[in-house]
Order: sequence, then structure tokens, then C-alpha cells
Amino acid sequence: MLTKHEKELIAKIWDKMIPVASDIGAECLLRMMTTFPGTKTYFAHLDIRPGSPHLRSHGKKIVLAIAECSKDISSMMVTLAPLQTLHAYKLRIDPCNFKLLCHCILVTLAAHMGDEFDPVAHAAMDKYLSAFAAVLAEKYR
Amino acid sequence: MVDWTFEERKHIIETWGKINVKVVGPLALRRCLIVYPWTQRYFGTFGDVNSAAAIMGNKKVAKHGITVLNGLERAVQNMDDIKNTYAELSVLHSEKLHVDPDNFRLLGDCLTIVLASQMGRAFTPDIQAAWQKFLTVVVSALGRQYH
Repeated sequence: MLTKHEKELIAKIWDKMIPVASDIGAECLLRMMTTFPGTKTYFAHLDIRPGSPHLRSHGKKIVLAIAECSKDISSMMVTLAPLQTLHAYKLRIDPCNFKLLCHCILVTLAAHMGDEFDPVAHAAMDKYLSAFAAVLAEKYR
Repeated sequence: MVDWTFEERKHIIETWGKINVKVVGPLALRRCLIVYPWTQRYFGTFGDVNSAAAIMGNKKVAKHGITVLNGLERAVQNMDDIKNTYAELSVLHSEKLHVDPDNFRLLGDCLTIVLASQMGRAFTPDIQAAWQKFLTVVVSALGRQYH
């Protein structure tokens, strides 16, 4: 359940991340694959060394999708429909991994925003990312 | 018995060295109570913990945050035997405090995020990985005496 204030806060944060989407995205992915090595199994076809262009371009896609969705959170089910299909039928990433990436997104935001990523922002963001992950997994079965 | 690489030990000990328990303890516990409000169930005797503002200003919460982090120091100092170091604490949390052990993971995650916000880019992916491996061992040890 997100309040109006929380939705505005979330949109504001992601708006700031759009210009640095490749950096942020690559960092989130790298943190996830370093802390949770099992997640690397989904990236055998990419170069996932720190700084690699694959990490940056893939990270950018993820950040931009999350940012785009944050502009109108109430329409999440509609906005994410194509991504739902992609994840369910093509990528088939085990949804348990979504929360691992979400955690690393929170860590990345904290590392970049410092004190500004206060408990209220953290709570709002965690709720948003959990909802995003749940919607993404909706078509799995 | 956990296998720590030289690098992991170094990262964990250095990270611990940067933590001011009196500051980070309260920050981590407050964050846990705010981000995961159901954890407030264990703090009924702490006075007002019903809003973010109340939690931020609550002196008992702050003091308890320090207690918890001081407890974590014992794991840092006994990295090769965290399981036994925490045997009594595990019994305490199970038999007396009746804390759902999943809460240890939640608090650990909040602590990690507090560290990231304090250390910024210095909290590199490698350091994060070592730190989280350490917390996983701590959480497992704390949950071990639950039956």
C-alpha cells in the first residue's frame, strides 16, 4: 500500500537516476552477482566483469523500466504487461531472484544517496520494488 | 565451520572498524521498525513506536540498537566459531523473547543499507558480499537453537 506522498517520493528518486541509468544499473547487477553468485547463472551469455558494456546496457534497461513505471505506479499492471510476458515465457528467471536484485537496488540507492535515503524513503522504495517484482511474476503460472 | 578467505576476513574486520556502534546501532534498529512495521510487535514495552517520528525519537529503541550491535561485535571477534559464540543468545531469542528468526535477516538487511548510506561508494560490491556472507552466518547461528 503506497500513499500519495510515497509515490511522489519514489518517482522523484527514480527521475534522478535516469541520467545515470547505466552506472546505477550496472552497479545493482554487479552487487547482486557478487553477493548472490547463483544469480550469475542467468548471465552466461554476457560479459559480466565490472565495467563491461554488457553490464551497463543491461543495467540501463532495468533502471529505465523501473523509472518509467514509477511515473504512474497505479498503472503498473498495464505498463508492465510486455515485461510480464517476457519474464514468464522467455527469460523464466526464478522469481526468488527478484528480491535479491531489489535488495541490491536498495543498497545501491543508499550508497549513492547517503542520508537522503532515510528510513521513510527506504520503506517506500522497498514497497514499490516488491510490488514491481510481484507484478513481473504474475504470468508465470 | 565457515571458510573465510583472507580477503573476506579483511573486508569484514575493516568494515566493522568503520562502524560507530553508538550511531549505527540506533540507525539500523529504527530503520527495521519503520521499513518492516510488523517487527514493532517485539517492542510493546518500549513506549511509542507507532510512527516513523516516534521511532526516530524513542530513546529505548536507540539504546537497544546499541545493545544489538555490541552483540554483533562478539561475532566479529570470534569469526571462526560464531555458531557456539551465539548458542546462548539463540536460546534467549527463541525461549524467552520468542522472536521469529526471519527478523534477524530483516535487521541484517537494514544494517547493510545503513552501512551503504554511510560508506557510499566505499561499500564496494566485494565488501558488500563479504559483509553479507558474515551476516548470513550470524543469522544462521542465532536461529540454530530454535526447536
